[in-house]
Amino acid sequence: MTTTLATLRGLSVSYRREGAQTFALRDVDLDIATGGRLAIIGESGSGKSTLALALAGLLPPEASLAGTIDWPGLDHVPVAGRDIGMVFQDPGSSLNPVLTIGEQVSEGAVRHLRLGRATARQRALDLLARVRIPQPQAALAAYPHQFSGGQRQRIAIACAIAASPRLLIADEATSALDMIVQAEITELLDTLVREDGMSLVFITHDIALAAKLADRIAVFRDATLVEVGPARQVLARPSQDYTRSLIATHIDFSAPRLIDERA
Amino acid sequence: MRRFALRFLRSPEGMVGLVLLACLVAMALLAPFVFPRDPLSIVGRPLIAPFTDASLPLGTDRLGRDVLAGLMHGARASLLVGVFAALVAVAVGTVVGTVAGFAGGLIDEALMRVVDAFQVVPAFLLALAFVSVTGPSLPVIVFAVALGAWTGPARLARAEVLSIRERDYVAAARAIGMHPAEIAFKEVLPNALPPVLALVSVIVASAVLIEAALSFLNLGDPNIVTWGSMIAEGRNVLRTAPFLSIVPGFGLVLTVLGVYLFGEGLVEAMAHRRGRQ
Repeated sequence: MTTTLATLRGLSVSYRREGAQTFALRDVDLDIATGGRLAIIGESGSGKSTLALALAGLLPPEASLAGTIDWPGLDHVPVAGRDIGMVFQDPGSSLNPVLTIGEQVSEGAVRHLRLGRATARQRALDLLARVRIPQPQAALAAYPHQFSGGQRQRIAIACAIAASPRLLIADEATSALDMIVQAEITELLDTLVREDGMSLVFITHDIALAAKLADRIAVFRDATLVEVGPARQVLARPSQDYTRSLIATHIDFSAPRLIDERA
Repeated sequence: MRRFALRFLRSPEGMVGLVLLACLVAMALLAPFVFPRDPLSIVGRPLIAPFTDASLPLGTDRLGRDVLAGLMHGARASLLVGVFAALVAVAVGTVVGTVAGFAGGLIDEALMRVVDAFQVVPAFLLALAFVSVTGPSLPVIVFAVALGAWTGPARLARAEVLSIRERDYVAAARAIGMHPAEIAFKEVLPNALPPVLALVSVIVASAVLIEAALSFLNLGDPNIVTWGSMIAEGRNVLRTAPFLSIVPGFGLVLTVLGVYLFGEGLVEAMAHRRGRQ
């Protein structure tokens, strides 16, 4: 029997614009298992990212939240950074261009684990080595523009796990990267989550990726949860028409060609 | 960084500006060694024309004070006021702009209305009013000049912060659990700084001019020589000894020109670097 890290009950997030209330999330019930990997898929604007922000407590002040998020897996209210790490979509903009990699990676550790300068530096070095940045010693003093997109995403992941959070949220963490780097980042996330026993929530529109990495899949559409279940079941025997059509739009080599090959 | 310096040196504006500024700084630094006596003391006959006496190459004024000594000591006042007024203006302006842009809402509105209030009064009138109320001394003049100059950096910093605060690394800093004030000053402000720094040369140049104008109106520090007070002094004998006003006037023109060209060279070199990225 797996334990539950977080339970969402009747969660709604809405924005009031010119008197009208628009829902970004409506009445969502969802459980996140300790050590589980939950993939959240859906089209753009379906509320995937809002869910991530709500979990991390990063919703903008004008958003109004209804329903509950409980954390039975934690004995305290989660602290951003300490209990929840977050990785963003574009590694080109999620690292601060004027701070060194060392400063940015050790920030979370210094803040939440109350480490001194020397230990924090050592911690940053270990983290960079864990995310397999070549020459981590030199990387500490380097700036983000000196790294490739894939390396930057690894560094962003190192920042997110600096304080050993229980939950890692990856919001489209591989969408801005090319196929080969995507595979590497996916593998890295897989390794880190396995080794540290972290729970992973990753948000994606890539169904193949969800199938590869997740043990559970939640499908969102128009701010509501359409279907949730074990990954294999959702992919093989989707209970909802929308899930079926979403899976059907997935493009791979067996997809029908849209143009004819010139002779 | 080295390439940046090279590009700066290769631009004609930057080079000329650098040479002019270097001369000025040298003048200001060497003044107490070349002319250890108080430049306000009398050294010879009054109204000696320039280039007639080898020991007084630029002649003397109405009271027999050395014009060259005054020119060199005057460079100190101009540069001090220019640099410190710009420092104060940029420091206050960027902090106010960052707070306004990052906090948003009511705080933003309130701070920007204060900025507007300062902006509608011409900088020189503001300085004039402030100095005539508090009395002339160098720190007061620095503050008075900064009073009219901080709004530019504030508006620019706010505009930059408004765009920077939406970037992912600010969200990432929030996700790590950093305090908003810390995010504003550690993550956002350094990124908002480069365009604000481009304003520095304009502020320094206008500060030098405002200081000279205040001294011209006898509102400068009476215990030191400044170019403005020298021009005012020469005004009384403008027809018989025009050089008394022309010499410090040249000093002013070259200072302002040097600062402008130096700033222009910096901006050019920076633009190159941005264009390449």
